[in-house]
Amino acid sequence: MSEPRFTKGQRVRIADRTPPVHHRVPSYVKGQVGLVERVCGMHPEPEKCIRGDGKPFQRIYRVRIPQNDLWAPYEGTNGDKLEIEIFEHWLESAE
Amino acid sequence: MTDHDDHNHTRTFQPDHPEPTSDAALVGLALRELLIEGGYYTAEEELAVIAKMQGASPDNGGTIVARAWTDSDYKQRLLNNGAESIRELGFELEPYEFTVMENTDRVHNVIVCTLCSCYPRALLGMSPAWYKSKSYRSRVVREPRAVLAEFGVNVEDDVDVRVHDSTAELRYMVLPQRPDGTDGWSEEDLAALITRDSLIGTQRDLELKRSD
Repeated sequence: MSEPRFTKGQRVRIADRTPPVHHRVPSYVKGQVGLVERVCGMHPEPEKCIRGDGKPFQRIYRVRIPQNDLWAPYEGTNGDKLEIEIFEHWLESAE
Repeated sequence: MTDHDDHNHTRTFQPDHPEPTSDAALVGLALRELLIEGGYYTAEEELAVIAKMQGASPDNGGTIVARAWTDSDYKQRLLNNGAESIRELGFELEPYEFTVMENTDRVHNVIVCTLCSCYPRALLGMSPAWYKSKSYRSRVVREPRAVLAEFGVNVEDDVDVRVHDSTAELRYMVLPQRPDGTDGWSEEDLAALITRDSLIGTQRDLELKRSD
């Protein structure tokens, strides 16, 4: 298991790209910035799973994004958040 | 389908189901037969998975929630590591990470999978039809308070709404708040209060009802 590149509370940006293969990042969070809510385990990388050997594994992070950043206008409060699982290779530091 | 005399197909679909006729169903059946014939898994293993899926229900969630309500150490373990802590109660959800989100006076959690319809099915059984609908999946991330209101849940402005989009290898369950007036209740009576929707977050307040 490789060491996590990001830590809880770190500000991260989700990559804005659309590879021509199955991937698990919905378009509405691409390019968005959030805080790492928790560091999760290692799981098979969806883009490469198609090879059939289930590899390679990548770290998953839960990222918390303010709803006000995602949608304009957003009908809710400043405290409302969206939390989503993102694989490590989709994240970069935004500090 | 063609009958072969040289080997026996293992019928893993249920005998009282109608014969599959659509192309997609036939391809699915053919794939299952090939995987079994190729030795990737056995018909017995597939039947065991089907039986386990059919045995799963929100009652399992009720058992977990009732334990968390009555044992604060257990609740902490559940929130820190859901997968490990439900094993203590005889449940498992491998290979997924089981993640439990606690409702409080200040936080309301609601679960969705915008990409497909990920759900802790092997633990809580089939998800409701609306959970898989395009409408719920697209709207609950965009306007959660409006969607919750349609379910009869009016979240006050001093309560944060947290939407959890289950997009990868985690599966989620909401830990609802224990209702007032249930002091001293047995775990069994508490578990009976839990509804499927309260575990998804489209219900916030549980209705008091007691078995005796």
